[in-house]
Amino acid sequence: MSPLFDLAVAVARIAVFISFCLGLVVILTWVERKGAAYIQDRRGPNRARILGLTLGGIFHPLADAIKFLFKEDFIPDGAHRLFYQMAPMFALAPAIMTMAVIPFGPPVTIAGHQIPLQIADLNVGILYLFAISGMTVYGVVLAGWASNSKYPLLGGLRSSAQMLSYEVSMGLSVVGILMVFQSVQLSEIARGQGELLFGILPKWGVFVQPLGFILFLTALYAEANRTPFDLPEGESELVAGYHTEYGSFKFSMFMMAEYIHMVVGSAVLVTLFFGGWQFPYLADAGFAFPGGVSFAVPAWAVLSLRIGSFVVKTVFFCWVYVWVRWTIPRFRYDQVMRLGWKVMLPLALINIFVTGLVLLLIDKGI
Amino acid sequence: MAIRVVKVARPEKMSFGESVYLLEIVKGLGVTMRHFLRNMARQENIPTIEYPEVRRVMPARFRGCHRLMKRPGGAPRCVACYMCATACPAKCITIVAGESPDPKIEKYPVRFDIDMLRCVFCGQCVEACPVDAIRMDTGWYTMPENTREKLIYTIDMLLEK
Amino acid sequence: MEPILFVIFGAIAVGGAIMVVTRRHPMASALYLILTLFAVAALFVLRQAHFLAAIQVIVYAGAVVVLFIFVIMLINVPVHKLPVERVTGLRFLGVLAAGLLILESAVLTRRFAMPRASAVDAGSVQAVGKALFTDYLLAFEITSVLLLAAVIGAIALAKKKI
Repeated sequence: MSPLFDLAVAVARIAVFISFCLGLVVILTWVERKGAAYIQDRRGPNRARILGLTLGGIFHPLADAIKFLFKEDFIPDGAHRLFYQMAPMFALAPAIMTMAVIPFGPPVTIAGHQIPLQIADLNVGILYLFAISGMTVYGVVLAGWASNSKYPLLGGLRSSAQMLSYEVSMGLSVVGILMVFQSVQLSEIARGQGELLFGILPKWGVFVQPLGFILFLTALYAEANRTPFDLPEGESELVAGYHTEYGSFKFSMFMMAEYIHMVVGSAVLVTLFFGGWQFPYLADAGFAFPGGVSFAVPAWAVLSLRIGSFVVKTVFFCWVYVWVRWTIPRFRYDQVMRLGWKVMLPLALINIFVTGLVLLLIDKGI
Repeated sequence: MAIRVVKVARPEKMSFGESVYLLEIVKGLGVTMRHFLRNMARQENIPTIEYPEVRRVMPARFRGCHRLMKRPGGAPRCVACYMCATACPAKCITIVAGESPDPKIEKYPVRFDIDMLRCVFCGQCVEACPVDAIRMDTGWYTMPENTREKLIYTIDMLLEK
Repeated sequence: MEPILFVIFGAIAVGGAIMVVTRRHPMASALYLILTLFAVAALFVLRQAHFLAAIQVIVYAGAVVVLFIFVIMLINVPVHKLPVERVTGLRFLGVLAAGLLILESAVLTRRFAMPRASAVDAGSVQAVGKALFTDYLLAFEITSVLLLAAVIGAIALAKKKI
């Protein structure tokens, strides 16, 4: 139609998806604290109240935000002034940029136009994601270096080595998925997972690439600096790691970057390994179960079921981040390196080899 | 007893299942999920005491804030003998004695201040008192205050508790 | 649109590269290097070579410069202790070399016309993969062996007992 229509669609998509992600970030900070409390037999946040309502402490993120905004914004004396201030931006900007390529629903047809429910359907897809998420390490490293303090420096050093090591396994663990679905575009991969495997199972990435899934999950946790790989901010030995010298809103930018990583990481995991927006056994026209049973579902219900399934899966994997954090203790540094290079890398290579072999055999008709 | 080295028995090697690590992680996740769900379902079983509103009941022999005892008529039982002030290792008790209006009693405290900032809650004053006038059985610990002056407890405050 | 973007990103790339060599502090140089690498990636995108652009950012900005920064942090020389350049002629030689390079590229671009971006499909995933594993297979494998040799050499130098 008109360029105005395209512009409106683009803005709407960006607004919807970014507000979904950032809203989830806000909720997650509360879920993390409350979940931690319940796992550890505590009560957790329950003080902040609006009009006498506490609602299980749901207003705490709001109170946190206000507190961060009004705290004194200081720069330590010995810090490199420019780099110190740049570091939180380096951390936050790539985290937000990674949201762009995630398909959160099937293409929709409005007024004769096919609109993909994805901010940008790049033809390098997953590679863009790796490229941009690789940039987040600079925020951590720069913060560690510019603070001009011992513990942040150690945190930054650990972070750079850890990111380098796990980026390799992360990239290689996804190659299997790319081979099976024959594309690097996330929208294509999500669409490919709508088929059935052996006529029973949905052809989700986790069923065709179980080893790849485990490797990717592990690498994802390492890339997001989450427990058990949160060595850059290991509070028991490094005070608070790379953001020791940060306060007020700059600190909250680091926090936000970490939580956005969790949300985007979960969304990518869902897209690659859990069918993205696919609802099990739901085709465009309606449900089609393997036994030959099928019944029709109206188009609007199909769309909302699919978007809903994407949201539910993403929220679930965000919860898994929290769940794992309060279950597994932190690795020692040499253990992280050993796991990355001596276990994950060979396993990822074996996974690629076996996937290639199986695909070749299927191709040959054996 | 002579010092001897105790050799702690450790498992020599992890079994294969343990060294693969994944199964053990899933088990651990199960444990934490059990705690989570149990606490979600029964919030009243969480052992946390929500402090300012709810206070732990202190055991009977807990040495908390002091109080001064009264005679049946309401006058302080204290005879201003300075035994507590002398026994106090922190020198936190200040007593000014005056002549008692009651002819049977020699002295009474005009001032009896305890500097709670210096008190070490040792209970020596209670031990020293010959007439059981000071006790530490309120079960309360020092309340936080904004100024130092508010933490010097006077005789009126101590008699009230 | 495309020529304007080309000029903008080209200027960023060249400006960033100049800053890399003129900055006194190695950390500043490394950050300008990232800027240059991003600008070059943008130039790749302008030539429809999306795959190359992504790989450029992943490998160079995401890994190689991180390694540089790792070393800068590990050594962590304070600003006043940075070494002073001793050989005086180097800057002059550098300018001379840059001039020659510009002259050379001017001659080359005159001799060979650049193919139109839409006409070539050299930068997509399929095209790069096919080229690597058919026409340039030998070069690809030799490069792998070279890198492997470098890794083994580093381990042999660093580890006393293997």
